[in-house]
Amino acid sequence: MTVVVSLAAPRDRLLGLPRSGKLVTGLVIVGFFALFAVIGPVLVGDPEALVAGRLESPSAQLWLGSTDTGQSVLAQLLHATRGSMLIGLVAGVLATAASLIVGVVGGYVGGWLDEAFSLLSNVTLVIPTLPLLIVVADYVEDSGPVTYALIISLISWAGPSRVIRSQVMSLRNRDYVDAARVSGEPGWRIMIFHILPNLTPVIASGFVWAVIGAILTESGLSALGLGGGSVTSWGGMLYFAQNGSALSLGAWWWFVPPGLCIAALGTGLSLINFSIDELMNPRLRKAAA
Amino acid sequence: MNDTVLSVRNLSVAYGQTRAVRDISFELGRGQVLGIAGESGCGKSTLAYAINRLLQPPGRTTSGEVVFHPQDGDPIDVLALDGEALRRFRWRRVAMVFQSAMNALNPVLSVRRQLHDVFTTHEPSMSKREREERSRELLNLVGIDPGRIGSYPHELSGGMRQRVLIAMAMALNPDVVVLDEPTTALDVVVQRDILEEIDRLREMFGFAVVFITHDLSLLLEISDQLAIMYGGRIVEYGTSKDTLLQPRHPYTVGLLNSFPSLRGERQALHGIPGSPPDLSKEVTGCSFAPRCPYAFEGCHKYEPELDSIQDSFVACLQYDRRLHPARPDRRLLERRFEYAEHEVTS
Amino acid sequence: MAYLWRKLGFYAVALWAALTINFFIPRLIRGNPVDIILSRFQTRQPPPPEFRRTLEIMFGVSDDPLWIQYLAYLRHLATGDLGTSVLYYPAPVTTVIGQAMPWTLGLVSISLLITMGLGVGLGMVAGWRRGSWLDSLIPSTTFLAAIPYFWLALLLLFLLGGGLGWFPLNGAYDYAHVRMGFTGDFIGSVLYHGVLPALTLVISGVAGWLLGMRNMMVSTMAEDYVVMARAKGLRPRRVMIAYAARNAVLPSVTGFAITLGFFVGGQVATEVVFSYPGVGFALLQAVGSADYPLMQGLFLMISAAVLAANLLVDLLYGLIDPRVRKAG
Repeated sequence: MTVVVSLAAPRDRLLGLPRSGKLVTGLVIVGFFALFAVIGPVLVGDPEALVAGRLESPSAQLWLGSTDTGQSVLAQLLHATRGSMLIGLVAGVLATAASLIVGVVGGYVGGWLDEAFSLLSNVTLVIPTLPLLIVVADYVEDSGPVTYALIISLISWAGPSRVIRSQVMSLRNRDYVDAARVSGEPGWRIMIFHILPNLTPVIASGFVWAVIGAILTESGLSALGLGGGSVTSWGGMLYFAQNGSALSLGAWWWFVPPGLCIAALGTGLSLINFSIDELMNPRLRKAAA
Repeated sequence: MNDTVLSVRNLSVAYGQTRAVRDISFELGRGQVLGIAGESGCGKSTLAYAINRLLQPPGRTTSGEVVFHPQDGDPIDVLALDGEALRRFRWRRVAMVFQSAMNALNPVLSVRRQLHDVFTTHEPSMSKREREERSRELLNLVGIDPGRIGSYPHELSGGMRQRVLIAMAMALNPDVVVLDEPTTALDVVVQRDILEEIDRLREMFGFAVVFITHDLSLLLEISDQLAIMYGGRIVEYGTSKDTLLQPRHPYTVGLLNSFPSLRGERQALHGIPGSPPDLSKEVTGCSFAPRCPYAFEGCHKYEPELDSIQDSFVACLQYDRRLHPARPDRRLLERRFEYAEHEVTS
Repeated sequence: MAYLWRKLGFYAVALWAALTINFFIPRLIRGNPVDIILSRFQTRQPPPPEFRRTLEIMFGVSDDPLWIQYLAYLRHLATGDLGTSVLYYPAPVTTVIGQAMPWTLGLVSISLLITMGLGVGLGMVAGWRRGSWLDSLIPSTTFLAAIPYFWLALLLLFLLGGGLGWFPLNGAYDYAHVRMGFTGDFIGSVLYHGVLPALTLVISGVAGWLLGMRNMMVSTMAEDYVVMARAKGLRPRRVMIAYAARNAVLPSVTGFAITLGFFVGGQVATEVVFSYPGVGFALLQAVGSADYPLMQGLFLMISAAVLAANLLVDLLYGLIDPRVRKAG
């Protein structure tokens, strides 16, 4: 038995998670992006408007310069922020919902249903994502952002569902679940009211992973030119930048910001996930001074 | 032979601000068995780790000394050892048997590898064949079929794994073996076997034993000396016979009275109401006072020291002539004999 | 042994799933894919009528019931017939893939090995020396792990290829001056051209492995068996490697499928940016030209390769974790 003395008093918690520099930084970063996504587009107007000459470098009037067709990079960036985050959010929610259903039902019910679900999620895991998405995205013609979110979530639900399933299987044998079962509570009630509440950190962690994965996948697809053409996203900006010869013409202000945003938001979300990890596994917490 | 093999003086250990072990002292005689008993969280495992220099930050020894007395040679200041010297000291002089055998054995290495490890490190001159021979011998010693040496931990039963740990501890013929709750995870019948095994080996090889557990009944059987720990301190210390027949500290009395006797008449079970102290909070006075049925005013103000009474030591103000001039509380005196009476008369 | 059969069986099912997905995808399309394809041949020499028939079978534009089409599809696959490429007509798809695959395999395997080796090794040390200066690298490593492959490729191309001019901008080797063959020139050129793509994959991939391994090390080091290893007086290196790392690395192996998925995605992006003639690049070309036979063939091959890699890793896991062997 390892001797662990818990040092997290109530004041050391933020949103129920052990407070740390990581968590605060992560929340701040994500908060900023959320803010930009909501009010940014309102402030800058139409991203397709021609506001300057072609490929002008950043200046006092044009903070991030212009594209090769004279559009404001900053305006596009803010619209892209909204687009990317929206897709990430929607895909994250869908993927988490799907992983919950598969993981909880499979883990709780067991038997052949569990075997079938496990097989399904394992197969989904091993089939290479991006190639599949490339092929599917090309075939599915009119793709709005929601379609994209749907397609992406079809791939990313499998990982979290495995984790959820193993958690559920260990919870299933707890005394209070047994008690509920014996007293005749129907399965679905047990799943929703007894098991689900205890899955919160796992669900939260899975959700954050799904969002990160969705944003990375979407930007990957869009960067290759397969994104939903209607919504600007960070990946889409990269695609246009590359096609507009931003590289060879040295227009770093065009292609650097979108990728930077992806990395920054990804970092913020990862930091939050690390905090959730620390909650689930106290050994990871930094030794208190 | 009454010489000391391990002496611990005023040892204190803290985790950050929490004082887990407070001012602990004891002497372990060569070939003797010292039992350390107490509830979970009283600091006994921390004590074991501290003695073995296994503490990890934020745990650290804040004061005291631990001295090991080899049969021939100079005493070794264990807390001052470092690096290579510490590594060479380990296992050869003091070995430890951990609590949960499933967790103490590396799941991906075979038993053979984990036994050989000890020899490869400490006896590099041994040939592979010698290592194998000696390892099999050790398994035999603890009652395991040497043919199982190639097994992995998950292929062995709980009792067998514990025996493997004991075999490992014997490997270099140490002078002291520390056992931290070696039987807690096992069922009662296997517990018995393991205890007997340990006793038998001790007689064979003459090593001293520090046996840590929350189960006082085990200790009463095999210990020579007994230390009762509460709130990071030793509150009672003496021979096990003494402690059994004449327990003095109210906590000890409470512990002994909480065991139903298999043989005596039926009696109401008394637990000890309340819960162990939170070691992260500093408390004025005796840490047992909140739960003690005999606490008086002074108990909440002054911290009792370990005073000697006849051949034992007790840390309880009831026996302090200055603060409690009258004899100890009559109820305490009566209760302490309840258990003894039952055991003695039946 | 039972473990082995289970794994083989599982991957057989997964392969079948990939085949079947591949079969159904073109049937999602609206309009007649055959006409779309054939329309591209307007300006070129018209293809023979069997080509049209083949396409029809392949894309389900026929009046046969679905299951007959499926069987025909499977039959074609079994004979290694993946159809004829549109973009590279009249080259069969298998030929096109055959030329692209080695480049991808070479790049992926080398990059993957370096990434895993570095990631696990550095993560092991970072976890072992917790509390040292290495911990301060964690935030930047987290950032690195979040960098999208496509963007990193662009960045490296811009800085090291364009800006500093240290490395070539595209291609697998110097097409203009070097010929293919087992010459030092060729191999040197290949390696030189492979640096930036490999660097992209490694930089972005290492971070993830590193962080995962580090966290597992920290977790594992608090386990009783590691404490016991120290108590036994074993040398620190032995404890770190044989007791801590060998257990800490296990989740990384089980999570290999997911990490490989991202890696393959990164591979595609990298090939596109550097015009590296691998299967990712070919896939995108195929998409751009509506070369459906090639697209499908590529997807199938990529899936098969990924499944094979996963199978290999799963079997490897059986070797390093004795607990799964008997459980079957």
